Amino acid sequence: MEYEAVIGLETHVQLKTQSKMWCGCANTFGSPPNTNVCPVCLGMPGVLPVANEEALRLTVLTGLLLNCEIPARAKFDRKNYFYPDVAKNYQITQYDQPSTRGGHVDFEFQGGMARVRITRAHLEEDVGKNNHFDRNSGVDFNRAGVPLLEIVSEPDLTSADMAYEYLNALKDILVYGGISDCDMEKGMVRCDVNVSVRPKGGTGLGAKIEIKNMNSFSGVRRALTYEIPRQIEVLQGGGTLIQSTRRWDDAGGITEEMRTKEHAHDYRYFPEPDLMPFEPTPEWLAAVKSRMVELPLARKQRFMKTYELPAGDAEVFKNDVPLGHYFETAAQGAANPKAVANWVINNLRARLAETQAREIAEQESLGLERSDMTFTGLSDLKFPPQALRDLVGLVENQTLSSSAAQQVFVEMFETGKAPADIVQEKGLAQVSDTGALEALCDEAIAANPGPAADYRSGKLAALNRIKGHVMKLSQGKANPGLVGEILERKLRA
Amino acid sequence: MLNTLTISETTARLQRREISAREVLAACLDQVRRVDSKLHAFLALDEPDALAQAEAADKRIAAGEQGPLLGVPIALKDVIAVRHQRLSCGSRILENFVSPYDATVTGKLRAAGAVIFGRLNMDEFAMGSSTENSAFGPSRNPWDRERIPGGSSGGSAVAVAADQCIAALGSDTGGSIRQPAALCGCVGLKPTYGRVSRYGLVAYASSLDQIGPFAKRVRDAAVLLGAISGYDPKDSTSVAQPVPDYSAALTGSLRGLRLGLPREYFAAGGLDPQVKAAVDAAVDKLRELGAEPVEISLPHTDYAVATYYIIATAEASANLARFDGVRYGLRVDGKDPIELYGNTRGQGFGDEVKRRIILGTYVLSSGYYDAYYLRAQKVRTLIRRDFLKAFETVDAIVTPATPTVAFRLGEKSQDPLQMYLSDIFTLSCNLAGICGLSLPCGFTRSPKLPIGLQLLGRPFGEETLLRVAHTYEQATGWHVQKPALD
Repeated sequence: MEYEAVIGLETHVQLKTQSKMWCGCANTFGSPPNTNVCPVCLGMPGVLPVANEEALRLTVLTGLLLNCEIPARAKFDRKNYFYPDVAKNYQITQYDQPSTRGGHVDFEFQGGMARVRITRAHLEEDVGKNNHFDRNSGVDFNRAGVPLLEIVSEPDLTSADMAYEYLNALKDILVYGGISDCDMEKGMVRCDVNVSVRPKGGTGLGAKIEIKNMNSFSGVRRALTYEIPRQIEVLQGGGTLIQSTRRWDDAGGITEEMRTKEHAHDYRYFPEPDLMPFEPTPEWLAAVKSRMVELPLARKQRFMKTYELPAGDAEVFKNDVPLGHYFETAAQGAANPKAVANWVINNLRARLAETQAREIAEQESLGLERSDMTFTGLSDLKFPPQALRDLVGLVENQTLSSSAAQQVFVEMFETGKAPADIVQEKGLAQVSDTGALEALCDEAIAANPGPAADYRSGKLAALNRIKGHVMKLSQGKANPGLVGEILERKLRA
Repeated sequence: MLNTLTISETTARLQRREISAREVLAACLDQVRRVDSKLHAFLALDEPDALAQAEAADKRIAAGEQGPLLGVPIALKDVIAVRHQRLSCGSRILENFVSPYDATVTGKLRAAGAVIFGRLNMDEFAMGSSTENSAFGPSRNPWDRERIPGGSSGGSAVAVAADQCIAALGSDTGGSIRQPAALCGCVGLKPTYGRVSRYGLVAYASSLDQIGPFAKRVRDAAVLLGAISGYDPKDSTSVAQPVPDYSAALTGSLRGLRLGLPREYFAAGGLDPQVKAAVDAAVDKLRELGAEPVEISLPHTDYAVATYYIIATAEASANLARFDGVRYGLRVDGKDPIELYGNTRGQGFGDEVKRRIILGTYVLSSGYYDAYYLRAQKVRTLIRRDFLKAFETVDAIVTPATPTVAFRLGEKSQDPLQMYLSDIFTLSCNLAGICGLSLPCGFTRSPKLPIGLQLLGRPFGEETLLRVAHTYEQATGWHVQKPALD
């Protein structure tokens, strides 16, 4: 029998706020242990939580970006369980009245479009981090109380690859919306996966198995690539699966059982009496709505439509938002936006990358940490985006050959001078004077008797050799199209 | 005998420079030394810190500053955080815990120039009605040391009644201010939920807890309430309702006030005839003073005890989870975290606390939540509605504060249910979130033990309660009677 997988994801994302969820402690990564803590996030006796307004706003903004409904009333609940990294031994979360519910994410998958429904995105608090040493253990509470969004999907995913693409699409949206930096290295995104298998085409659901402890999207993909065949194998071998929780062992590349349903936690949820229910006013909602941004997929599609860019270029601008902004500014009024895109992607981006690599090497040699380094970025460029459009225009109207344009670009990058001025100063304007070109073509044919003979005998590619010679003679200034025409005419004669 | 002064007497004499804050404090400390070995109201006392505060207050007075609490020694129940002072909550598990921060009320008292001194005894984590659940031994009733002072804020009531301080703060979750005030013969006020910030009050049942004053006079309770009330950005459940001048409400007139007498309270089984007689006499007195008593009904009264013990214990089971030996307080090690928790909590908590944690855990458990917790919340709404409906026709409600006077030590400590019933008249007030006050309204004959009258008011109706209480107090002499302490 053939089987298919049914997958749902619970994605935890740290919100990009200045301070923690219930207190004023800094929400930052990498501080020495227990330095961003206070009586509130340490769960000292007598303290009370006060909800971070910006976290509430970012939660609702996420809901709007994920096409969710924003209920008129949300509340917080206590989820009770004992663990050393949970300061209060309960986590404040949203159980039955979350801030957002019922949305969806559209994304590209296998050449088409896919949609995953979002059950809810609710707000909760992160926990501390247990550290185990040789003879004892310690808890770092810097992370305790950091606002955490849990985004729960419906079981609409059917493969490891699809889960991977969904997660990337989700991440793009969250980064676009300024919801989270989604830095995996810093543990800002964590996933739990619910996966079951069923006979292909079936409608029922198999025993739900939850996999925990994946801290990268590729980890999710690998875990599913392991787990789905494992479940199918059990069923095909005549075995049965029971509802359980498994742990992903990233080093071993396997999942292993943690606990089964009989040992599932009873979290004893009940409404958090220290916090009032949250009922957003129309003004508050309007202010959050004003922070909505264009979604990544919509942006990509718009770039393809408005600027007639190929999907690859549009994808580059979707992934690199500042570069996309730069392109849009440079392409304003350009006759050929695709050519502008080529320059932004192939020349500008490459040149910036080289510069940055050099800057890193220099600063490393001075002993600077990566976080203290400064690099040249798009905002530091010496020329305005319009200059790039002008450069493309000079190529388009055949004032500049593309090789001369490269020289102009290098000069622009270094000095910030306007392209037209550089062309003037360096005398780089393309030679389209037929008389002058005729003479150069004659000289090149004479210097290349072999290729000339080849061309005449039908090896048309041999023309490039002679053409290159003309360009060299003209110091790159000859109009290559015109040179080609003249050479063809002369060689056929 | 400066320790016997009221707040208003103290500040008046301080302002006239007849006495100093240092002298008032010294008198209180003398009294503590003289009587507390017999009464055990205090768990801890930091004399150098208190003296420094008194000196600071004297300087402020010398600089011409005036204030209703400036230089007044006030003692705090050991459940309210004072920076660098012990905060044990009457429990072994926090026996050596020192608070790193001030409660909001503590900060307000400091700003007002009060001299904050002493940690007052209480039932462990405010769970109890006699202080017998204190891990550090019970307090004694100053009127009869073989009897309990009430609880859980027993230490606060004793310290005020025995003139060991000028006034005190306690906390009230189901009667923990009003019941001990009644049993010790002083004034106790539980403010409307949200009136006073809970930040820095170690939580027992978050939706029921309120901090409130213990005082020798109604006017003092008004002054102290005014000083600690108000919205606090650190407590999301505090309410942004303006704080009136409570002293200004003490007009002495009851003309036109309608007072409700809930028939369910007066018909309650177990109501001591002497208590009933005293309360009946108080009602007559109030009528004489111009008020109009009318019978009312609070039909869901019978369900209050059950409702309270579900909601309070459910919240407590989560609130007390943080005492685990990991970050602070007692730690009794184990081979793994689970064993550490079990050892720490097993040895750190007393029986009553364990009983309530177990009960609260049970009522929140999967499969029982709807039958217990959810239903209790619904009944709670009905109880609140009873009161709000009553307040459509009456301005305040008058009841006995307790069914009996102070009972003997050990009399009910083996029977939790009997102990729970000693709060039947006070629990509903917390469930409804309204305000309540108790004040002396007589004594039993032999032995001579105080009887308390309870007044219940609308949400944020403290002014009415204080006006009624003050008018009654001024027309009677109960409040001037003092226990013989020798």
